[in-house]
Amino acid sequence: MKTPDSLDSTTATTQINGHERRVTVDGQITLLDLLRDRLGLVGTKKGCDQGACGACTVLLDGRRVLSCLVLAAQCDGREVTTIEGLAADGTLHPLQEAFVRHDAFQCGFCTSGQLMSAVALLDENRAGSDAEIREFMSGNLCRCGAYPNIVSAIRETAQQGGEER
Amino acid sequence: MTTVGYVRAHDVDEAIALVTADPAAAYLAGGTTQLDLVLKDGVVEARRLVDIGRLPLSGTELVGDTLRIGALTSMADLAEDPVVAQRLPVVREALLQGASPQLRNMATIGGNLLQRTRCRYFRDRSVSTCNKRTPGSGCGAVHGPARMHAILGATEHCIALHASDLCVALVALDAILHLQGPGGQRTVPLTEFYLLPGDRPDIENVLEDGELITHVDVPLLPNDTRSGYLKVRDRASYEFALVSAAAALSVDNGVITSARLALGGVGTIPWRARESEDVLRAAPATVATFRTAAESAIHDVFTVPGTEFKVELARRTIVAILTSTAGVQS
Repeated sequence: MKTPDSLDSTTATTQINGHERRVTVDGQITLLDLLRDRLGLVGTKKGCDQGACGACTVLLDGRRVLSCLVLAAQCDGREVTTIEGLAADGTLHPLQEAFVRHDAFQCGFCTSGQLMSAVALLDENRAGSDAEIREFMSGNLCRCGAYPNIVSAIRETAQQGGEER
Repeated sequence: MTTVGYVRAHDVDEAIALVTADPAAAYLAGGTTQLDLVLKDGVVEARRLVDIGRLPLSGTELVGDTLRIGALTSMADLAEDPVVAQRLPVVREALLQGASPQLRNMATIGGNLLQRTRCRYFRDRSVSTCNKRTPGSGCGAVHGPARMHAILGATEHCIALHASDLCVALVALDAILHLQGPGGQRTVPLTEFYLLPGDRPDIENVLEDGELITHVDVPLLPNDTRSGYLKVRDRASYEFALVSAAAALSVDNGVITSARLALGGVGTIPWRARESEDVLRAAPATVATFRTAAESAIHDVFTVPGTEFKVELARRTIVAILTSTAGVQS
């Protein structure tokens, strides 16, 4: 047990997009800030930084979470996938292709979060209808209002077999 | 900004010892509300976070006719639990109408119960008046613009809302909390866990220093009981309730034989509507009965200009959930 009178930092060893990263962190650096400021993975966006917008969505052990509300220290021994880890060997993920084809973004700021959320949504089998897609994408806001095209991109990808490449 | 330390607890006793020994320490579970309060808003002062996220307190277990839920079970996992889906549909509905998919993957059941109010006067440190944050400073919400605030259990000292959806269902079902602290273990009914603000809105529940919620026991509903959760809000998803209601009814030959009703979005604590239950029990399952029950639930209200609409909205919400749960034509 650590002594309770010290302000402690901890070493976190985390698999990020398949690469092991070892970092020393305290209790106030979030996964989002670790990714962007210390590891240079700026594809994950900081929108509200308080869990309201979804722009910072990443996968933690395969499940979608908001990286602004996860401490980097909590990720020790776990796997993180960011938007940079989505395309395999330079080939876009089917959802990325569908987003391009359906013009599912305008300014693009929310797009990384939308995509990571959509990847998880397909994994959760929540693309049964447009209404279900909308409900289970509700944690990702788009101020440009690209929602209809986001829904159609997800619907098409789901109909084509989801994550299969 | 003060530096915040981090330590991960390896067992329940260690976690309790760490937080009990250090007045500046606080538990960190899912983090979805705690990190906002500590790191982003600076509303909760903690210089050390004790991470309990890996303690063996997740998952569910059937104990007789009770579902025992580990306090670290995620909202998403509990919503997908087959026993919850079959025997506690009101819990599943409340969970799935709360937060967003990302937050439900992160947030824990214990954390949901202990979430702090979303009152903007509480969450904005630049606001000087908040009796919950700074006892004796006054209530900004009572005298300022208010909308997402309580009308039941509220006083001139505090109209902050308890915003959980899950708790509304759990209060209706008479859930029991298992607590563990430096003094040992104890159980507390959820209906006796939260404290009305009175003149001390900073004291929100009966938890003692260092005490943890370890499990939540939820009695399963009888097979002939139907239940449901209705949430009325400003946008269709990912929004806190203006008003919500959890109901569980058994109806035999058009007569209500058992009734449970609790309300969200209106109370300073998750609100059990016992007067309504008394009206419903042994009464005919008709819209007229439901309206009488709704009237009896919403009385002795404390409103401010921005919350008056909730009186009628709450009554209509009650009638709607009772009507759909009983399967009655409206």
